[in-house]
Amino acid sequence: MKSIVCIKRVPDSETRVAIASDGRSLDPSGVKYVMSPYDEFALEEALARKEATGEGSVTVVTLGPEAAKETLRSALAMGADEALLLRADPPADGLVVARALADALRGREFDLLLFGKQAIDDDNMQVPAMVAELLELPCATVVTGLEIEGRHVTAHREVEGGHEVVEFDLPGVIAAQKGLNKPRHPSVRGIMMAKKKPLEERDVTLEASGLEILKLTPPPARPQPEIVGEGADAVPELVRRLREEARVL
Amino acid sequence: MATILAVTESRAGELRPVSREVVATARRLADELGAEVEALLLGGPGVRDGAGTLAEAGADRILVAENEEFRLYAPDAAVRAVRERCEATDCAVVLFAATAQGKDLSARCAARLGRPLATEVTEVGIEDGAVVVVRPQYAGKAYARIRIPGAPALVSLRPNVFSAGGVPAGRGEVEALDLDAGTPRTRVTAFEAGEREQLDVSEASIVVSGGRGMQGPENWKLLEDLVDALGPKATLGASRAVVDAGWRPHGEQVGQTGKVVSPGLYFAVGISGAIQHLAGMRTAGVIVAINRDPEAPIFNVANYGLVGDAFEILPRLAEEIRAVRS
Repeated sequence: MKSIVCIKRVPDSETRVAIASDGRSLDPSGVKYVMSPYDEFALEEALARKEATGEGSVTVVTLGPEAAKETLRSALAMGADEALLLRADPPADGLVVARALADALRGREFDLLLFGKQAIDDDNMQVPAMVAELLELPCATVVTGLEIEGRHVTAHREVEGGHEVVEFDLPGVIAAQKGLNKPRHPSVRGIMMAKKKPLEERDVTLEASGLEILKLTPPPARPQPEIVGEGADAVPELVRRLREEARVL
Repeated sequence: MATILAVTESRAGELRPVSREVVATARRLADELGAEVEALLLGGPGVRDGAGTLAEAGADRILVAENEEFRLYAPDAAVRAVRERCEATDCAVVLFAATAQGKDLSARCAARLGRPLATEVTEVGIEDGAVVVVRPQYAGKAYARIRIPGAPALVSLRPNVFSAGGVPAGRGEVEALDLDAGTPRTRVTAFEAGEREQLDVSEASIVVSGGRGMQGPENWKLLEDLVDALGPKATLGASRAVVDAGWRPHGEQVGQTGKVVSPGLYFAVGISGAIQHLAGMRTAGVIVAINRDPEAPIFNVANYGLVGDAFEILPRLAEEIRAVRS
């Protein structure tokens, strides 16, 4: 099976977010960047399927700055065969990204196009379903289980209170959720081999963003914390506070 | 006259409660713009019964497509319906719920309409004729204020944030929508309810989350008992560490790589408070932290902290809560 996996370089989830002096973007100093965690599930799925059948290929694609090559290299180290960098600064508008990806992918041959269910920076959760629509392909988002028999796909999709079963025929798009599989760590051999794998790069010109970011602010401050007491003996006082002060019981 | 299109949700012929929030928010925007509210209701047989609720929440016109094929989410037909309404009317805003279904559908519609989308907003208003929203990014570590010029603006609303009431009823005209199921590319063929009859962690108004400090999955009965004492609006949550360890299902995970929740009351038990966890629960109304370590970062965001052994505190807490609730 031929798979294409779209990934994104994002600040690590343990990053403390600071706002840049323009008041509209993230201050990049001291930020550690990683592959968005959900993309790892998408990549693992593609790699495991190729290994199980012993045929096909896995291509990783990202839209990002020059530094996103690092993210592509780590995907190659995990086992992807080739990589494509669409060089541009990703805007806040998911549709602009989706159009650029769809343009790059149109005409390429593949069976399965995979994404993480969302990138953990913008948290837009838009691009997979948008690319699917732009390429007129079927799509299942938030996928925690995937079976493929011949050309027929059965995906389990996480929804409030349970799962939906989604069916379609290949080629198609899935957006991976945690639980789909256990992503592997790159081996030393994988890291060595990654340096020799093909990495194509291309500058892309993006359309103007349809979303204007006016301001980025820190989250509202929490009220002053208070230690009510120690041990089980402090429980009645806690319950009293929750009832009388916070009025939540 | 301009319209605001409110896209509602149903499952098995039943209107989903979040739809009231979407329609009531549409009503508020419509009154500001001098527009009318059109609600779109797709569902299985019986879904028409939800029209009264939508009228009460502010809908002037309710377009109903009742069809056995729409019992479950029908993405291709729903996209067509939204697109046709946007073309048939002078649509200023399309509002969705930021649920699993709403996020999927809104992204598809945005691509088809060629219009930008703001996902999971916590505020929406009109400034100088344009839609302006506020939405969390980096799982709530920052909030972005965003202007969406042009029409229609596509917006999905974070559930449990917008009021479902406090607006005048709409005219409530019900019209049948002529919508063919067609031959969908993507077919939702079944809904499987979760193993336990448990509220989803993103939908509950009280969440009791456990972390590594619970020492093992066998001790979760203490947390389950507290949930039980707190009543039907409470549910279980979990930290990433315990989900990664396989103690709890990932559907319960709260945090940047799990669910972002804003319940009225949140208990963090044996959770140290890693940044990625705090990102998932810092918008909760009241946070209670129970931890053995008085230096744990979770105490910095908690309204109330209890230092001590969770195994001693939890049974007493369940007992005291049962006493005050009865």
